[in-house]
Amino acid sequence: MLRYLATRLAFSLLLVAAVSSAALLLTLVAPGDITSEQVGSGASAQSLEAERVRLGLDRSPLEQYGAWLARAVRLDFGTSLMYGRPVAGLVAERARNTLLLALAALAAALLAGVPLGVVSGSRRGLVPSAIRAISLAAVSMPTLVSSLVLVLVAARTGWFPTGGMTSADAADARGWLEAAADVARHLILPALAIALPLAATIERLQSQATAETMGERFVAAAAARGVPPRRVLWRHVLRPSLRPVAAVFGVIFGNLLSGSFIVEVVTSWPGLGRLMFDALRSRDLYLVAGCAAAGGVFLALGALLSDAALAAIDPRLRGREEARS
Amino acid sequence: MRRAGVAIVAAVVLVALLAPALTPNTPDFRFPDRAYAPPMPLRVVGADGRWRTPFVYPVRLADRLERRYEEDRSNPVTVTWFSRGVVAQVGDERLGPWLPLGGDGSGRDVFARLVYGARLSLAVALAATLGALLIGTLVGGAAGAAGGVADEALMRLSDFVIVLPAMYVVLSLRAALPLVLPPAQVFALVAGILALVGWPIVARGVRAIVAGERERDYAQAAIALGAGRARLLLRHLLPAARGFLAAQAALLAAAFILAEATLSYVGLGFPDPSVSWGVMLQEAANVSAMADAPWMLAPAAGIFLLVLGVNLAAPPSASR
Repeated sequence: MLRYLATRLAFSLLLVAAVSSAALLLTLVAPGDITSEQVGSGASAQSLEAERVRLGLDRSPLEQYGAWLARAVRLDFGTSLMYGRPVAGLVAERARNTLLLALAALAAALLAGVPLGVVSGSRRGLVPSAIRAISLAAVSMPTLVSSLVLVLVAARTGWFPTGGMTSADAADARGWLEAAADVARHLILPALAIALPLAATIERLQSQATAETMGERFVAAAAARGVPPRRVLWRHVLRPSLRPVAAVFGVIFGNLLSGSFIVEVVTSWPGLGRLMFDALRSRDLYLVAGCAAAGGVFLALGALLSDAALAAIDPRLRGREEARS
Repeated sequence: MRRAGVAIVAAVVLVALLAPALTPNTPDFRFPDRAYAPPMPLRVVGADGRWRTPFVYPVRLADRLERRYEEDRSNPVTVTWFSRGVVAQVGDERLGPWLPLGGDGSGRDVFARLVYGARLSLAVALAATLGALLIGTLVGGAAGAAGGVADEALMRLSDFVIVLPAMYVVLSLRAALPLVLPPAQVFALVAGILALVGWPIVARGVRAIVAGERERDYAQAAIALGAGRARLLLRHLLPAARGFLAAQAALLAAAFILAEATLSYVGLGFPDPSVSWGVMLQEAANVSAMADAPWMLAPAAGIFLLVLGVNLAAPPSASR
């Protein structure tokens, strides 16, 4: 077990290092740098050049990468050229927002998707058909579409804010409870935009898995013993049928990150995606690398969660190192 | 269900192909006094409640400051069909153009932009899909046929790419290239980047099929008859992956259309004079304008329809 954890940790570190290095190198070889935006803003060529020397941007990409790497292993991720703040703090703050968004969406999607999938996969009739139809529509609504539609709904009805994370008039005088409520209100739209297609995906997986598990012999045995159908479904069928959903957890986490990018842009949610996008556009080297590293941590976390979920659901997998399918 | 999906996708493709025959308006013409003009639906019931030949009510700018438009109910304009090479248009343009889906912020015809934009969106997705299929089939086929270390290495690589959040990879690659480029170069770049991100899933599937088929009797017979590696792969093993490739093509194309829309939405896709669904959606980023003119979301409906069609035709769960 300890060895297994150690290998997993090593792989995760490797992933984070590889992803952030790749992002940094890509930005280094990209044309232009942070000073490019000031061209034509009245700054003279000499002052721009002096600025580049001051920031160390005049060195070769390999040299800059080496310097960054040497500092990164000591957990010094540099300073954002755009914000003038340490990258670590900035990224941590935004990553927290994205994590909040992702977890809220994931929780909502699981809470809606799994039960609906069990219902639609275990019987026939009007309700399951309706669930299937709605889920087909929702799964065909990528986050770009769902977030735009929800913003439209929000703008026309005023039910919830159309964007941002806090109200503009959020005074410091208010208590933390009200502040939390304010954030929660702003969270509804982006979380729903991500959760809708995700819940549909989970519903479809769960529906198929439930239908398959219903055909297992232990289910027939339980029914033959006289266990009521409802109890058979929620006690005997549910747990083993959760496997496919748990198995795609890692993939879902990646999708969650990918999908949350456009939602963050559309709804101005101050998360990692927006930060990375801004950093990429203005060639904020160290910030790009920092965001990529945080993304790598997310991915590793997702894979770990997936394994943990699988082990929790299916005891047969416990202790087996090749638990990942 | 399957047929319905294929029909939806075919309809969208047909609309894109026939764009010039569907509207007399060009996607980039700015009609004066038509900024955020409301849609002009085709009607068959007149103001008096009687049925008549299909017509539209002309729209008039009532208040320039408030951008308020009025329907002129006293002057219905009859729609003429199949004349001058266009399926449907208003016979008489003296009372203004017919904008079936309204106007955008610059007074351009949203319907014309939608059907012309579908061309660029579909074209870039198609090019990227072909690229991804080509790379994926080559890599997967080679890995499956070769086996051993090469197989292991290629599959580890594709696993790695699959794990990465695709949109960020696309975004990083695109952002690393010059941000402002002519449309033709943007097309090649976006298609290339999407193909680079999309190939691993194809490769994994093709590899599994090829490796499985290689053990079958017919493949062994071909080897016994002296078929070389290349011949075995191209003639005997890859054809077995046809069904898988077709399903993947549909799924990838839908994902790529979405990716193009996302890129263009954030301003890293096509520049404004070119028309794609993503370029159109960029205007919807202005929330207050979008709330007043929801028809700006027409391309979102197009994306939804296309993804729905693909999901019906090639269910993701079936092809996994």
